[in-house]
Amino acid sequence: MKLLVVEDDHETALYLVKGLSESGYTVDRAGDGREGLFLASSGSYDAIVLDRMLPSMDGLAMLGALRAAGISTPALILSALGTVDDRVKGLRAGGDDYLVKPFAFSELLARLEALLRRGAVTAPTTKLRVADLELDLLTRTVRRRDKPIEVLPREFRLLEYLMRNAGHVVTRTMLLEHVWDYHFDPQTNVIDVHVSRLRQKIDKSFDSPLLHTVRGAGYCLRAPDSSAP
Amino acid sequence: MIAEKLLLPARGSWTAPRRIFGNAQRLLRTHAFRLAALYFLVFAVSVLSVLLFVYWTSADFVERQTEATLDAEITGLAEQYAQRGLSGLVQIVAARSAGDRGDGMLYLVTDPNGVPLAGNIAAWPAGVPAHGGRLSFTTTARVKEQVETHPAQGASFIIPGGYRLLVGRDISDATAFRNRVKITLLWAGLVALGVGLLGGTAMSRNLLRRVEQVNRTSERVMAGNLSDRVPLDGTSDEFDQLAANLNRMLDQIERLMTAMREVTDDVAHDLKTPLSRLRVRLELALLGPVDGSSQTEAIRSAIDEADRLLATFNALLSIAELESGTRRDESEALDLSEVARSAAELYEPVAEEKGFLLSLATEPGVRIRGSRHLLSQALANLLDNALKYAGGGEIQIRVLRGEDRAALEVTDRGHGIPEDERETVFDRFVRLERSRSTPGNGLGLSLVRAIMRRHRGTVELADNRPGLRVRLEFPELVT
Repeated sequence: MKLLVVEDDHETALYLVKGLSESGYTVDRAGDGREGLFLASSGSYDAIVLDRMLPSMDGLAMLGALRAAGISTPALILSALGTVDDRVKGLRAGGDDYLVKPFAFSELLARLEALLRRGAVTAPTTKLRVADLELDLLTRTVRRRDKPIEVLPREFRLLEYLMRNAGHVVTRTMLLEHVWDYHFDPQTNVIDVHVSRLRQKIDKSFDSPLLHTVRGAGYCLRAPDSSAP
Repeated sequence: MIAEKLLLPARGSWTAPRRIFGNAQRLLRTHAFRLAALYFLVFAVSVLSVLLFVYWTSADFVERQTEATLDAEITGLAEQYAQRGLSGLVQIVAARSAGDRGDGMLYLVTDPNGVPLAGNIAAWPAGVPAHGGRLSFTTTARVKEQVETHPAQGASFIIPGGYRLLVGRDISDATAFRNRVKITLLWAGLVALGVGLLGGTAMSRNLLRRVEQVNRTSERVMAGNLSDRVPLDGTSDEFDQLAANLNRMLDQIERLMTAMREVTDDVAHDLKTPLSRLRVRLELALLGPVDGSSQTEAIRSAIDEADRLLATFNALLSIAELESGTRRDESEALDLSEVARSAAELYEPVAEEKGFLLSLATEPGVRIRGSRHLLSQALANLLDNALKYAGGGEIQIRVLRGEDRAALEVTDRGHGIPEDERETVFDRFVRLERSRSTPGNGLGLSLVRAIMRRHRGTVELADNRPGLRVRLEFPELVT
């Protein structure tokens, strides 16, 4: 997997390149918008991590030019501007996800992985399956080992999101955004309790747990035999 | 007056003639002068054209009347002559000339030598050719014992046999009427032009005065007197509206600057402590043994500290942004119960885990205009507070409708907040818990208040006997 990091701040860029390389990606770096556009125009990247404020050509303009040229490489925008308004502007300009600076590296990684997977989604599915856990999107039912599990509507959406990202870490912020559509972090650990309730339902009476807590990062739903991320 | 105002900024180093010339030039450049001049020009042209039209129509009318009378008279005489010949004509002329009929008609019939046979003119007027056709002449008339020379208009005819006929009309009345009209119109014109000049000047002076007010105020504001405002004269005309808008703009600028100053002060006072704590931690980590585990722990706690600092910064920025009003309006029509339900649903499990009973009571169809995102955040802050400080018991979220107000209440059964502290808790960084053992930055309620102000609503704290009742009130959206 090949990534392009467009970031003018040397320190941040170094940190990103180091972290992403250690996570197994090949990373190229561009220091400004023009260079970024030049590199990204080749279309040979799997994803772009893009700072919003860049010298010579700002991130949104660069993204606009890239999209206009028909290159749809998924892009994650990094920005110090964090209001909903800024977020909407960034997504409208062609961004696929938006992360407010400063961010935890684990958050960036989780989102980037979600983006990379999104590109791979093919036909619309009606059933999601992780090991022996099955979620039917049409009948809105959950079964494990053919035993029906009663879930609340919100738990269903939570599980759906976790299953769509099975095998990968999802952060609390990602869950708040995608399942509750809340773009702020409550001070109380509200998500943890929701997840532990869900875990009670899908894991309690089975010997192999599927839903795991990843310390300092978030949660991961994965089949017992697959390796830890 | 215009020139006088323009004299004010002139500097003394100028020589007098140059100054007058310079001021005249500047006067010509002012918009007010141009407006006044244009006003006067348009006014003068329209007044003059009206007057000319009145004069021309009345003069023309009198002239036509004279012509018509003459024509009728000539036709009558021609008929008489055709029927009764020369003698008949002389007779009828003599008859018509007898006595003063007051219509100013003049008649004269002479033989070929110019000797009068009948008529009310003594002799063929001098200088009038005897060959027939239209003509103007003068005649003498006796008015109040005085002999006056009056202008007349008429036509002469040569009758077969060499006799001559003169039919005319004294037009002194018509001429006098025309002169009277001319003089009247001239005076009217002069008065109108005078009024126009005065009106133009008054208009431009008024305009200039009000522009000057705006100018002076903005100069004073630029000089640092930020609370100065343009005076309104209560007419709510365009100038008043301009002044009101400028004042609103100044209000906004003042608010922004105050908010900015407050944030700067807060940052200076309240972020210093955690920053120095962070520094100490890192320093200790550096001093400690290089074995890894304790250093890793120190780094981890330093990251946590940095995260808290950043959260505080973000909260401060959000508050400042909300209070200054620079944020884009993202409001929409909202069902308050939906916002409450969504938040209750998010918090219900955690409340239960912490030993609370979270309940929701909503009146249906309470709608307001607002931002779902901001209101959810405000509600989340209130729920966070209740979970942190109330200890246990019931937490209730209620959506209700007052008199044309919508209300959202969060009540708990904790210790509440003493009455004298209910106002100060809204200030930034104020935390009632002296020990500060629970995490928090003292910005939650400040943010709630900022969000409520943004929604033109209020936030009030009250006693829930026991516990705290936080009431958010909004203008209800009437559909």
